[in-house]
Amino acid sequence: MTTGKAFWRTLDELADDPSFRERLYNEFPSEVEAISDPTTRRTFLKLMGASLALAGVTACTRQPEEKIVPYVRQPEELVLGKPLFFATAMSLGGVATGLLVESHEGRPTKIEGNPLHPGSLGAADVFNQSAALSLYDPDRAKTITNLGEIRPWAEFLAMMRATLISQKPLQGVGIRILTEAVNSPTLAAQIQDVLSRFPSAKWHQWDPTSRQHTMLGARQAFGEFVEAQYKFENADVILSLDGDFLGLAAGALRYAREFAERRRPDDAAHMNRLYALETMPSFTGAKADHRLPLKPSEIEVVARQIAAALGVGSASAPSGDAQKFVAAAAKDLGEHRGRSLVVAGESQPPAVHALAHAMNQALGNVGATVIYTEPVEIAPVDQVASIRELTADMDAGRVDLLVIIGGNPVFTAPADVPFAQALAKVQNRVRLGLYEDETSAFCQWQIPQVHFLEEWSDARAFDGTVSIVQPLIAPLYGGRSAHEVLAAMSDRQEQTPHDLVREHWAAKEKQAATSPDFEARWRRWLHDGLMADSAFTPRTVSLAATATAASPVEAAAGGYEISYRLDPSILDGRFANNGWLQETPKPITKLTWDNAVILSPATAEKLRVDQRPAMRGGEHGEILTRLIELKLGNRTVRGPVFAIPGHPDDCVTVHLGYGRQRGGHIADGAGFNAFALRASNGMAYGRGLQMTETGEGYSLACTQYHHLLEGRGIVRAISRDEFVRDPKAMHEGFEAPPRTLTLYPEYKYDGYKWGMAIDVNACTGCNACIVGCVAENNIAVIGKDQVLRGREMHWLRLDTYFAGHETNPETYFQPMPCMQCENAPCEVVCPVGATVHSHEGLNDMVYNRCVGTRYCSNNCPYKVRRFNYLLYQDFTTPSTMLGRNPDVTVRSRGVMEKCTYCVQRINRAKIDSEKQSRRIEDGEIKTACQQTCPTDAIIFGDLNDPNSRVARLQKEERNYAVLAELNTRPRTTYLGVVRNVNPELGE
Amino acid sequence: MAQNVLPVKMNQEGMPDTAVIGPGHNITSVTDKIASIVLTEKTGIVWVLGFLVAAAGAGMLLMSLSYLVVKGIGIWGNNIPVGWAFDITNFVWWIGIGHAGTLISAILLLLKQSWRTSINRFAEAMTLFAVACAGIFPLFHTGRPWLAYWLFPLPNTMGVWPQFRSPLVWDVFAVSTYATVSALFWFVGLVPDLATLRDRSESKVGRVIYGLFALGWRGSAMHWHRYETAYLLLAGLATPLVVSVHTVVSFDFAVGILPGWHTTIFPPYFVAGAIYSGFAMVITLAVPIRYFYGLQDFITMRHLQNMAKVMLVTGLVVAYGYGVEAFMAWYSANNYEGFMVLNRINGPYWPFYWALIACNIVIPQLLWFKSVRTNIPMLFVLSLIINVGMWLERFVIIVLSLHRDFLPSSWGMFRPTFWDFSTFFGTIGLFLTLLFLFCRFLPMISIFEMRTMVPGKRVAEGEHAH
Repeated sequence: MTTGKAFWRTLDELADDPSFRERLYNEFPSEVEAISDPTTRRTFLKLMGASLALAGVTACTRQPEEKIVPYVRQPEELVLGKPLFFATAMSLGGVATGLLVESHEGRPTKIEGNPLHPGSLGAADVFNQSAALSLYDPDRAKTITNLGEIRPWAEFLAMMRATLISQKPLQGVGIRILTEAVNSPTLAAQIQDVLSRFPSAKWHQWDPTSRQHTMLGARQAFGEFVEAQYKFENADVILSLDGDFLGLAAGALRYAREFAERRRPDDAAHMNRLYALETMPSFTGAKADHRLPLKPSEIEVVARQIAAALGVGSASAPSGDAQKFVAAAAKDLGEHRGRSLVVAGESQPPAVHALAHAMNQALGNVGATVIYTEPVEIAPVDQVASIRELTADMDAGRVDLLVIIGGNPVFTAPADVPFAQALAKVQNRVRLGLYEDETSAFCQWQIPQVHFLEEWSDARAFDGTVSIVQPLIAPLYGGRSAHEVLAAMSDRQEQTPHDLVREHWAAKEKQAATSPDFEARWRRWLHDGLMADSAFTPRTVSLAATATAASPVEAAAGGYEISYRLDPSILDGRFANNGWLQETPKPITKLTWDNAVILSPATAEKLRVDQRPAMRGGEHGEILTRLIELKLGNRTVRGPVFAIPGHPDDCVTVHLGYGRQRGGHIADGAGFNAFALRASNGMAYGRGLQMTETGEGYSLACTQYHHLLEGRGIVRAISRDEFVRDPKAMHEGFEAPPRTLTLYPEYKYDGYKWGMAIDVNACTGCNACIVGCVAENNIAVIGKDQVLRGREMHWLRLDTYFAGHETNPETYFQPMPCMQCENAPCEVVCPVGATVHSHEGLNDMVYNRCVGTRYCSNNCPYKVRRFNYLLYQDFTTPSTMLGRNPDVTVRSRGVMEKCTYCVQRINRAKIDSEKQSRRIEDGEIKTACQQTCPTDAIIFGDLNDPNSRVARLQKEERNYAVLAELNTRPRTTYLGVVRNVNPELGE
Repeated sequence: MAQNVLPVKMNQEGMPDTAVIGPGHNITSVTDKIASIVLTEKTGIVWVLGFLVAAAGAGMLLMSLSYLVVKGIGIWGNNIPVGWAFDITNFVWWIGIGHAGTLISAILLLLKQSWRTSINRFAEAMTLFAVACAGIFPLFHTGRPWLAYWLFPLPNTMGVWPQFRSPLVWDVFAVSTYATVSALFWFVGLVPDLATLRDRSESKVGRVIYGLFALGWRGSAMHWHRYETAYLLLAGLATPLVVSVHTVVSFDFAVGILPGWHTTIFPPYFVAGAIYSGFAMVITLAVPIRYFYGLQDFITMRHLQNMAKVMLVTGLVVAYGYGVEAFMAWYSANNYEGFMVLNRINGPYWPFYWALIACNIVIPQLLWFKSVRTNIPMLFVLSLIINVGMWLERFVIIVLSLHRDFLPSSWGMFRPTFWDFSTFFGTIGLFLTLLFLFCRFLPMISIFEMRTMVPGKRVAEGEHAH
C-alpha cells in the first residue's frame, strides 16, 4: 500500500495483524497474497465482489446442474435412450478391477467388467456389480459435520490449516494418517508429500479386506514384500492351502477364467487337477477334484507333510484321512514340476504362505506358473503392528490430528486393540467416510466421501496395471475425495482431484499436463480404462531362511478352533448397507441377511444344537436354529449356529462384517459382530474357543436348504476317465422324450431362435451373475422377513447340490434362470395371456396384462417365476430411482416376473443390426449374467446359426436339458460336469 | 302292497324310518308350520345371538379383504413354490359344498326322489351362499383383484382377451354359469311360496316385498303348468352342472404338470368329493335347523339316513380315488409321483395327510351301521368331520403337491398367517349370516311341495296315477 489513499473496510484490515491474514487465508487461500500486493488489490476487490455475488447464487454448496428443457444442442455422442459406456476402476483391499460403466443420460446404472483390463477380462464380481446401488444409497453421509453440526468445507480447511500451522514447528509429530491399503499412486504420492513436509508425522494402515497374510507370508519367504502372480493357464496340478483363488483373492476374476479354460472336457487331456485343503467350504473347494476338510491349524500341518514329501522342510508323518491325500497330492505335484502350483489363502497365517512359496520354488514353478513382482499395495506394512502403534500413540496422548481416510477401524480393529477408547483422546479427529458409521461417531469431523463412481483417482490392478478412475456423475451429496483431504494437508488445497491425478501422471511421463501429446495419452487411458504396459515386470526373488519356519504355536488351549473370513457378500461390513449383496444367498450356505457360526453336523450334534426348516418358508425360507455363545479369551459374542456338510469337525467358521451398529438402515441389526472376537494374536484363526448353548432360538433366512439331487439327474457328473471312455455316460438312466410325440406340426422358428447353454463344469458359484441380473433388471430387494417367507425375487438363482458323503461332499453349482421352454407349461395356464411365446422362442412376460393368479408359477417345474407379493419396489426414494435401468420395467405389486434372457439387450442389438441390414452376429448380445461371468460358463446366442457358440455347445455330448422328461423343451440347456479325479484317490 | 301289511317299525321320534313327513299333518298345518316361522314367530334369542356371531365373522371377512386389497397377497402365507394355498383350498371347498344343493334339487327331482322335497330349499340356499363364498377367493387371490375382470371375455380397446387354453378361464365360465343357474333355480322354486307369504303376511311391508318377488303369482292352472315346465327345464340345465363344475375345477389341477395334480382321475374324484362334502354340510345345517325350528316332522330320519347313505357311497368313491393315486404312483414307476405320495405320507405335512385319511375314509365307515345313521348327534359330528376332511383333502392336493415338486432346490413350505385364517373363517361367517337371514325371511322348506307330501294328498296322487 505504497500509493494512493489507504482504504480499509475493517479495523482488522487496517491493522493487518496476522490473525486477520490467517482468517483470510482460510477463506480465500489463493487470494491472500493479492490483498497485500498493491498491484492486484483492485483485481482482488473485483474478485471479492464477484464471489460475494456468486456466493448468493450458489448458496454455498455446489448444486447439481439441473436442466428442465431438452437439449437445445445435444452433447456429443449422447443420444437419449442410448447408453454410453465409460471405463473406470474399483479398488477393494488394495487391488483394482477395471470396469465399464453403463451410463444413461448421465446416470451410471450398470457396471460391467472391462474386457481390456487384465484383472477383469470383461467379468465383474458381486462387489463391482453392486457398486451402482451403493452409489445411490440414501443412507450415505451427505454433509460435512463437526460434532454433528453441518459445516462448510472452508471451515474444515481452516481447522486443518490451524492444526498444521501449530504442528509445523513440531515437524508434525502429532499428525497421523490412517488409510486403508493404498493402491492409488497419486494418493500415495500425496501422502508421501505430506510426510515429507511433516517428517515426524506417521502414516498407518488398517484394512481388513487387504491381503495381510499374503503380504506378510511373502515377506517371510523372501525377506521383502513381493507380489505373487499366478499363471493358472500353465498349471496342470494345483494345490490350494485354503486358498480361495476363485473367490476373494486379488485377480480372482482372471484366475477363475484361466482355471476354467483348463477344465474344458472337450480337451480332456489338457484338464488340470485341483487339490484343496480347506476349512470353510468355498468355491475353490467345490471345484476341487479332491478336497480335504481340515481344521484351520491342521492345514499347516498337512501342507508341511506334502511339502516334506516334496523335499521342502520336514514334518511328522501324515495319519488318518490325510495319509492317502498327502501321498497322492505330493506324487501328482512332483510329477508336474514346472507345471504345478501351490496357492495359500488369506485365512491362513503368513507361515503357510511362505511355505507355499517355498514349495513353488522347489517344484520349479517360478517363472512358469507363478511370477513375482513388486507389491500392488503401495508401501505395505504389518497392519496389526501399525494399528497397535497408532493406538498406543493415541492412548499416550501423542496424537493431535488423526485423519482417517475411509475404512471403519472402530468397528474392524482387532478386539484386543482398544482403538476406539484411544481414539477419544486425540485432539482433532477427522474422518472421511462414505457413511456416518461407528468410526464417525468417534470423530469430530465427518466428511462425506465420494463414491468411486464420483471421483477422479487412479488405481493399480493385481498385476500392477494402472487405471485412471474417472467419475460417471458429479458427487450426489457433495462428497470429497481422499485426494482433496490430503491436498488440504498440503499446499495444493485449491487443486481438484482431476488436476492432481493428471499432474501426477504428467510428471511421471515427464510431460506438461497441458501438452497435446499428454492429452492424447490421457484420453487413451481414459478410453481404455488402463495404461497399456503399466503392469509390473517380473523380478527375481530368493528364498530367505525363514521361508519354511512354522507359525508360532500357541499353548494348546483346548476347546474349538475358530476361523475368520471376510463375508462373501459384505466383506468386512463395508457393503452391509447394500441390499443387493445382503439378499444374495451366500455360497454353499445360501444364507441371506445374516452371518452364522458355521460348523459341521457332527459338531452341532456334540454341542446339542440343532436346526430345522420352519413351517414358514421351509427349506426355501426360514431355518430355525440356536443361538450359541462363543467365548474366546475374555471376549464373548452370541451367534446362530448353522451346520453344513463338508465343514471339518471341532472348529467353527465365522464371517466378519455383520453386527453393524451405525451402518445404515439395511446394515443395522443384521447378524453378529465377529470382529469382537478376533484378536491380534490370531488374525487368521483362533484356538481355545468355548461354546455354550444359550437355549435361545434364532431364525435364519436361507434360500435353499435341501441340497440332495434325489436321483433326478438335474446335475450330471462323471470322472474324466469315464468321460473319455464314453462321453454320453453321464446321461445314463435319464431320458429325454423324442420330439415326434406330438400330432401338432412343430413351430418353425424363422429368423432368430434364442438359446442358452450353461456349463455347470465351469461355474464356480461366485454369484456375480445373480447380482448382475439384479442390477440389469431392476430386481427388488425384499428384506429378511420376506426371504424368511420364501419370496425372494431373484430371476436367476444359483442352485447348490451336494453328492457323496456328508463329511466331505462333492458340491455342484447350477445357475437356474428361466428355461424359456418351447412347450412352456406357464403359458398354457395363464388366463389372461400375460405370458406368451415370441416368434424367436422367448417366453415373454407382459407385466401390464398380469392379474397375478400365480398359476404360471405353480405350473413351472423349474420354479423360476417370481411374484410381487407386496409392493417390493421402492417408488419413492429419489436416489434409488436414479439408479434403475430405464430399459426395464419396474414391476409393481401383484404381478409375476421372471428372467427374460435380457430381452432389452436383444432388442437393442436387433435395432442396431436392422439399421445396418444385417443379422445379429454371434456374441453381439450378451445377457447380463453371461457378461459378468468370470468363467464364461453362460453362453447365449442364436440356435438357428449352426456356427454360433451356443448351437455348438448344445450339440456337445455333455449337453442335457433339466427335466427333459417333461417335454418342456427348454431353450436353456446345461453341460455336465467332468471331474478330473486322481485314480489313486478315487471318487 | 307289502308295506301296508308289514308292521311299521317306529324310531325314537315316533315315526317310521321311511317317513318323509311326520304323522297328523294336513295341507293347512304344513303351510301354517312353515309360514309361521317367517311371519308370526318372534325372533328368538338363539337366532339373534347366532346372527350376531355370524355377522361378526362376515365383518372380519370385510376387514381382511380390505387389508388384502390395500397391502397385497403377501399378507397371506403364500410364497414361491406354494403359489396357491388357503385361497384355492377354500375356493374348491366352498364350490364342493355347493354341489349337494344342486344334486338334491335337480338330479333327485328328475329321478323323482320325493324325499328330497323338505331339504331341497335350504340345500339350494346353501349352494347359493357357498358359491358366493367360493367366488370371493378366485377374485381376491389375484395379485391385482381390480383387474380380475380381464378373465371375462369383455370387448375392450386394450387388446386384453382371455387365454382360452387356461383352466382358470374355464373356471370363470363354469362357476359363473353355476351361480346363475343355481340362483334362478332357487328363485323360481320360491315363487309359489312367496305368493303364499304375500297372502298370509299381516304387515304391509311384507305384503309389498313378498308381493314384488312373487311376480303376480295367483296359483292358476296356467301358472302351475308353466311353473312346472320351467322348473323341470331348469333342473335339466342344472343337472350337467353338478358334474361339470367340479370337473372343470379339477382341471385347474389336472391340466397342470405337477406330480399330485397331473392325473386323469381328478374329474370323477372331485365330483364325488364335492357331493360328499355337500351332503355333509346339508346334515351339518339340517340338524340344528330342525332342532331349533321344530321341523322334525318335515326333515325326518329318512332324510338324514338317505343323506348318510349318499355320503357313504361318495366317501368310498373318494377313497378309491386316493387308492388309485397311490397305486398309479407306484405302477407308473415315475420318480416324481412316487416321491409325491411318500412326501404326503411321510413328509413334513404328514399329520395333514393322515388326518385327511382319518376324516374322509376311516371314520365315515361308521355310516355302514344303521345305529350310527339314525343317531342324530353322531351324524352331526360325522358331518363336521367330513367337512374338515374335505377341506384337508384340497389342502393336501394343493399345498403338498406344490411345496416339493421337481427341483429340490426350490422346495419350501407354507405356513398360514392370521389373515389366511381370518379370510377363511370370515367366509364361514358370511355363509352363516346369509343362512340366518334366509331362515328368518324366507320359507326354508318348500311349502307347496311339502303339501304334496301330506299323506291324503299322496294317496290321491297315487290313485290318480292308477
